[in-house]
Amino acid sequence: MSATTHDTHHDIDHGHAPGFVARWLMSTNHKDIGTLYLIFAITAGLIGGALSILMRMELASPGMQVFSSGQQWNAVVTAHGLIMIFFVVMPAMIGGFGNWFVPIMIGAPDMAFPRLNNISFWLLVPALGLVMAGLLTGEGAGSGWTLYPPLSTAKYHTGPAMDFTLFALHLAGISSLLGAINFITTIFNMRAPGMTLHKMPLFVWSMLVTAFLLLLAVPVLAGAITMLITDRNFGTSFFLPEGGGDPVLFQHLFWFFGHPEVYIMILPGFGMISHIVSTFSRKPVFGYLGMAYAMVAIGVVGFVVWAHHMFDSAISVDTRAYFQAATLVIAVPTGIKIFSWIATMWGGSIEMKTPMLFAVGFIFLFTVGGVTGVVLANAGLDQILHNTYYVVAHFHYVLSLGAVFSIFAGFYYWIGKMSGHQYPEFWGKVHFWVSFIGVNLTFFPMHFLGLAGMPRRYVDYPEAFRGWNEVASFGAYIGGFSVLIFLYVVYRTFASKQVLADNYWGEGATTLEWQIPSPPPFHTFEELPRIR
Amino acid sequence: MTSLRLSSAMKLTLLALVALVALCGAAVAQQPTPWEMGFQPAHSPVQTQIEWLHGLILYLITAIVLFVAGMLLFTIWKFGRSRHPKANKVSHNTLLEVAWTIVPALILVVIAIPSFRLVYYEDRARDAEMTVKVIGHQWYWEYNYPDQGNIDFTSYPVDKDNPPPGTKRLLDVDNQLVLPVGKNIRILATGGDVIHSWFIPSLGVQRYAIPGRTIETWVRIDRPGTYYGECNQICGTNHSNMPISIKGVTPAEFAAWTVTAKAKFAADAPPASAAPIHIASQP
Repeated sequence: MSATTHDTHHDIDHGHAPGFVARWLMSTNHKDIGTLYLIFAITAGLIGGALSILMRMELASPGMQVFSSGQQWNAVVTAHGLIMIFFVVMPAMIGGFGNWFVPIMIGAPDMAFPRLNNISFWLLVPALGLVMAGLLTGEGAGSGWTLYPPLSTAKYHTGPAMDFTLFALHLAGISSLLGAINFITTIFNMRAPGMTLHKMPLFVWSMLVTAFLLLLAVPVLAGAITMLITDRNFGTSFFLPEGGGDPVLFQHLFWFFGHPEVYIMILPGFGMISHIVSTFSRKPVFGYLGMAYAMVAIGVVGFVVWAHHMFDSAISVDTRAYFQAATLVIAVPTGIKIFSWIATMWGGSIEMKTPMLFAVGFIFLFTVGGVTGVVLANAGLDQILHNTYYVVAHFHYVLSLGAVFSIFAGFYYWIGKMSGHQYPEFWGKVHFWVSFIGVNLTFFPMHFLGLAGMPRRYVDYPEAFRGWNEVASFGAYIGGFSVLIFLYVVYRTFASKQVLADNYWGEGATTLEWQIPSPPPFHTFEELPRIR
Repeated sequence: MTSLRLSSAMKLTLLALVALVALCGAAVAQQPTPWEMGFQPAHSPVQTQIEWLHGLILYLITAIVLFVAGMLLFTIWKFGRSRHPKANKVSHNTLLEVAWTIVPALILVVIAIPSFRLVYYEDRARDAEMTVKVIGHQWYWEYNYPDQGNIDFTSYPVDKDNPPPGTKRLLDVDNQLVLPVGKNIRILATGGDVIHSWFIPSLGVQRYAIPGRTIETWVRIDRPGTYYGECNQICGTNHSNMPISIKGVTPAEFAAWTVTAKAKFAADAPPASAAPIHIASQP
């Protein structure tokens, strides 16, 4: 199969490669669109990261340093959250790696709806513009990414900034929804002959579950923010108590989307980590079916735990008890995944190249973030941990350290395949260690701040919280520096002249992308591969 | 010699104990402290329970994290390519897979049983001896005592840029919420404009203050003292500057306070609406 593609791709590339505009602005090629998504995610990541450095500069000591008002701070907090979620993690994992490797791994020539794929991407660009407009217009949209009314209604956020942010979410939501439809259709209908669901690589499984979560969750967000938009602009009062509406309804709708959303951000990472651990241990994934169905279980249970974000809000004690129980259950499939990764490594022949470093870092950091999730799942404890820095520490451990580490793992794993240029191993490892130290120094002290009672989204804080905040800010500067190292790695990668083999990781890498050239030809499979 | 030294050490310990007891008797000022790594000391039965459950879970999760970290490091060391060049192909072990499903589930059961008890214990006071209403506003708190003749007053933070001498910025307020110690107090929280959250870490209390909703919880303060808290739900530009300060006093002091407070805050009280207003005709 690989021989066939070798022979033909030169003609295809040279004969029909489209010009720059046609190739990048009107793309229908899953690999090019994936590349666009990755460039977009890195760009947005630099913006979101710059915002977080500003925030840590402000919090480095009590008093007002960087920002002139609490509202300005709130707007930056809001934009940081939205950018990191909707314009960094999701585009990188789903749009970037998903687009690049789902079709290749299932032996499909492209995504099912190539033009829809392009629309998905290009909706994100104006969406990011609107979020920036929400940050920079007037007093800015300062409701936090949770957008709770009444704070987000017209009475407390006059001016267009909040509307920009809400429309940004609509666009990003449509983009995700179209992408999800595309992935589901592709995975269900375009698998190569012999590629049954139970032979599908785990990354494809993770994308399938993610796509279903998006398909079911995003429309609920769309409904909620549509109601918010009409409350703001057209005199309805879905969420306004003075008109008979209910602010708590918004919380339910938002978190019915918001909780699956956090799994949307981490599941593709689970898939990537499985591949990387298997490749660098030279062993097949341990407990493949358990791994696949653990992701399905996490996806299903993820839909019935949303009110654990509302333990201190208006829900009854029996409701709290139920949501606590359901939330604790999630620890079981998550534990299965952690132990299966370790079992995959056990008995293997482990090589600690940069992708594997990031993967092992991910497993450890995700475990730390996971166990604090078990703490927070207890409604009784959440009574005083809710909205504190303990929560900030928890979700940054699973997202900023977990999801982002898996993205870096995927980047180092596949950049040679995607670009045909290999990254410099030494600098990759430097990047890992500097970011590992930086992010832990930033986020671990936040557990202490949270336990001591420091609320989140505070621009200024009592003197007592100074010490650990100084440490966290120092860590953030190290983390910021690691981004510069990463940019240097990117530069060195593309400057590299080294010619890469089809399968540059050797016998451990078994999925289909390792049987085609690096980089793959413009059209991957001239003939459908057959899976034994 | 040894026995002499020992006895002096014992004396010192005794002295420390006496000092500790004396300190416990005195009023506390419970605020966060620099470099604090855990909860603020508990001053209510709810927070005592929270502390206990958190302690239990902290042991479990620390053990889990150390186990996972240890396994990762050991595996990397033992099965490194130089030490173990040929990988085996084992990818199934039913017993192992069942074990790592069941054992975490059992740990969760261990956590869940006391946790359910705590959730129901925190919910509301069974026999509340008094009620206090908490109303969140942009950006101050309003307190109301329906059982004490509707005393009603606002609680603003001290000037954060020039805090008066002896006050702590972002913690102290002009009018503290005064509550009797040792009583089960029902708390009813609501919002006046946007959502706020009434959060006092050392008393184990937090509830959202949502406009159009009234949310109940309760507190019983162990001993006289000052307890600090902060608004804990983003509520606009001064979100970080609407602190909570509670003064726990003896019931006798509380009774005396209600008399002075009634006079002091009379002007602030909402208009009495008990007397019907006759519009059609004067009686």
